[in-house]
Amino acid sequence: MPEDRPKISKNSPDDAARAGKDAAQDSSTAGGEVWVVVEQVAGEAAPVSWELMGEARALAEALGVRAAAVILGAGAPELARQAFSYGAAAAYTGSDPALEPFITDPHCQALVDLARAHQPQIILLGATTRGRDLASAAATELETGLTADCTHLEIDEAKGLLKQTRPAFGGNVMATIITPNHRPQIATVRPGVFPLPEAAAEAGGEIIESRPAITAAAAAVRQLQFLPNPGEESLMGAHVIVAGGRGMRSAHNFALLEKLATELGGTVAASRAAVDAGWISQRRQVGQTGQTVRPLLYIAVGISGAVQHLAGIQESDVIVAINSDPDAPIFDVADYGIVGDLFEIVPALIEEAHARLSGAAGSDAAGERQIGVEST
Amino acid sequence: MAFHSVVCIKQVPDTTQVRIDPETGSLVRKGIPSVINPFDLFAVEAALRLRDEHGGTVTALCMGPPQAEEALRKVLGYGVDRAVLVTDRAFAGADTLATTYTLAAAIRKIAGARNDQKAAGNEGGEAGPRDADGEPVDLVFCGKQSIDGDTGQVGPGLARRLGFSQLTYVCSLLQIDPEKRKLRAWRQREDGRELLEADLPVAVTITEACNRIRYASLPDLLAAADKKIDTWRADDLDAERGRLGLKGSPTRVNRIFAPPVRQRGETVGEPGMEPAAVAALLFDRLSERGMKPGVARA
Repeated sequence: MPEDRPKISKNSPDDAARAGKDAAQDSSTAGGEVWVVVEQVAGEAAPVSWELMGEARALAEALGVRAAAVILGAGAPELARQAFSYGAAAAYTGSDPALEPFITDPHCQALVDLARAHQPQIILLGATTRGRDLASAAATELETGLTADCTHLEIDEAKGLLKQTRPAFGGNVMATIITPNHRPQIATVRPGVFPLPEAAAEAGGEIIESRPAITAAAAAVRQLQFLPNPGEESLMGAHVIVAGGRGMRSAHNFALLEKLATELGGTVAASRAAVDAGWISQRRQVGQTGQTVRPLLYIAVGISGAVQHLAGIQESDVIVAINSDPDAPIFDVADYGIVGDLFEIVPALIEEAHARLSGAAGSDAAGERQIGVEST
Repeated sequence: MAFHSVVCIKQVPDTTQVRIDPETGSLVRKGIPSVINPFDLFAVEAALRLRDEHGGTVTALCMGPPQAEEALRKVLGYGVDRAVLVTDRAFAGADTLATTYTLAAAIRKIAGARNDQKAAGNEGGEAGPRDADGEPVDLVFCGKQSIDGDTGQVGPGLARRLGFSQLTYVCSLLQIDPEKRKLRAWRQREDGRELLEADLPVAVTITEACNRIRYASLPDLLAAADKKIDTWRADDLDAERGRLGLKGSPTRVNRIFAPPVRQRGETVGEPGMEPAAVAALLFDRLSERGMKPGVARA
C-alpha cells in the first residue's frame, strides 16, 4: 500500500472551506459528511460496505465531520443498526418498491436526491459491478469527479481534499487522483482493500428517513431472472483461484484443477490460451482481455505467464506457479515456484490439502472449507 | 425493423508496455504501440451481430488524436458502416465526465440533432446544420471498460447523459424485440448472472464473455480502405467549451508512481523430490504466511 504524502498541491487553498460552507447552508444536517452507500442483497450487506464504513469513519475524523451510511431498499432498520456498529454516526434510509431488486437508475435517483439535500463532501461505494454503475450514474448526474477502484484513500490535511490512489494502465502505474473543486468527491474501492472494522456492541446513531422520488423512467430496465453462481464462484470476489493454461493439454484435465480448488475453497480460472483452445468458458479468463483478479492465493498451473496474463494477476496476495519449464516468465512474479510435471504435482497438492483439512480443527463446517488468513 | 447502433471505441496504449520512468517518475508512452481497446472489439462484434440479424446500420465513434483514425479504419474493415472521429485539442485531458459529455454530443449529432448551441450563440441566425447522414440512435455499445483507465464509467455516463436505459457488464446478448423495442441480455455480477430487459434506446457495455470479434472479410477490408471517415471538431458539436477536455474534468492527477514490483520468490522443492514432499513444503510455506486450509478468512 503506498504511503504517499506529497507536500505540494497546486490547487486553490479554499476548497476545504468551500466544502464546509456548502454544507453549512443546509441547516438540517451536519453537512460535509463522509458517506458510504451500503450495498445489499435481500437485506444482507456486502462486506465491502462495512470495510468502507471503517475507512469512512477515519476520513470523517480527519475532517471533523460525521460518517454516515446510505441504505436504500429493504432491510434499512437492521442495516442501519449494523452501520452504527461499524462506525456510522447517522444513516440515511429510503425505501421504495422500485429499489428492489437493485437496478441502477432508481438507486441513482434516490442517491442523487439525498446528496443534493444533504451535501456530503465524500461518497464511497464498493467497486463492484453495481457500485461502479451507481457511482458512474450519480457522478454524471451530480457533474462531479469519480475515481474508480481505489486501493488507498487519505485526507490531504492542508487542503482537506480526498487523495484517491488507484492502479491504472493494467496495474503498471499507480495514480493519486483529486477532485479539487467539485463536491461530492466520489470514489469506489475494491472489496478487501480495507479491513473489516470490529463491530461495536452498543453503538447508536441518527436515522434520517426519506421517501425517494423515483420517476417512471426508472422502470426502463427490469430484472426478469437471477441465477446465482452454480457452484463455480465468481472470479471477481474469489479468495482462492486455481488457474490452468496451455499446459493442461485438454478440457478433461481441468477436472484436476476443480478438485484442488474445491479442497481450497476456491474457484477455477484459465489463461487465454486455454480459453482459445476451447477447454474452458471465456467467463473464466484472467488477463488483459479477461478479468483482473486479486485473490489471497492465485495458483497458476501450466501457465507460462505472458505479460497479458500477468496484467490480470499481479495484485494477488500470493502467487504460486507450477510449470515444467524453469524459464517460464510466470516464475518471475511467483512467490512460490514449483518446477515439475503438473500431472504429478497437482494430485499431490490435492492429497496434501485434503489431509491437512481433515486434521484442522472445526473443519466439518462447510463454510470453513477454504484457505484463508488467520485472524490476528 | 432495422436498428441504428453507435459503438464507441477508444485507442489505447498497449498497457502491458506502459511503465514509469524510474529516473524521472513520469509515464513512458513513447514508442508504445496503440491498439483498439480489446473490450471495445466485443462491443463492435455485438453491434455487427445485431445488424446482421435485424438489418440497420452500425456507426463507430472514436474520440482521440487524429491518428485514432487508424482504429476507425480497422473497425470499418470488420463491416462497420460509418465512422466518426471527434478530434480537437480542446478534448485533450478529458476525464470520464468530460469524455461522456463530448461523446454524448457527438452521438446526438449522429442521431440527427441540430447544432442548437451554434444557433443559440448566433442570435436571429439559422440553426446549425444537421448531420446530413444523421439518423436516430437505438443502441449505444461500449466495452465494459478500457484497459488503460479501467474505470467502466463511460457506458453508464453516456446512458445518463442521453437518457438511455443502462445495461452494463453484458455477458450474453439474448434478443431484441423490434415491435416492443426491448432488449434482453444477461448481466454478469459477482454473485451470479441476471437477465435484464431494457427499453430502447439503450446503452450497453459488453464483456469478453459475449463473443469474439470476427475476421475481417476481404470485401469489407477493400471497402474500408475507400470509406470516408467523418472528422468533427469541437465547433462541430453542440457543446460548451468549458465542459470539454481538461477544463471540463473535475478530477486531476495529483501524482503518479510505480507500483511495488513483484519479486521473484522462492523455488519450492528440488529436482527429483517426491511430489508429495513438494506439496507438503508448499503448504508449510503458505501456513507460515497464515494461509491454512480449514481457516475461514478473517
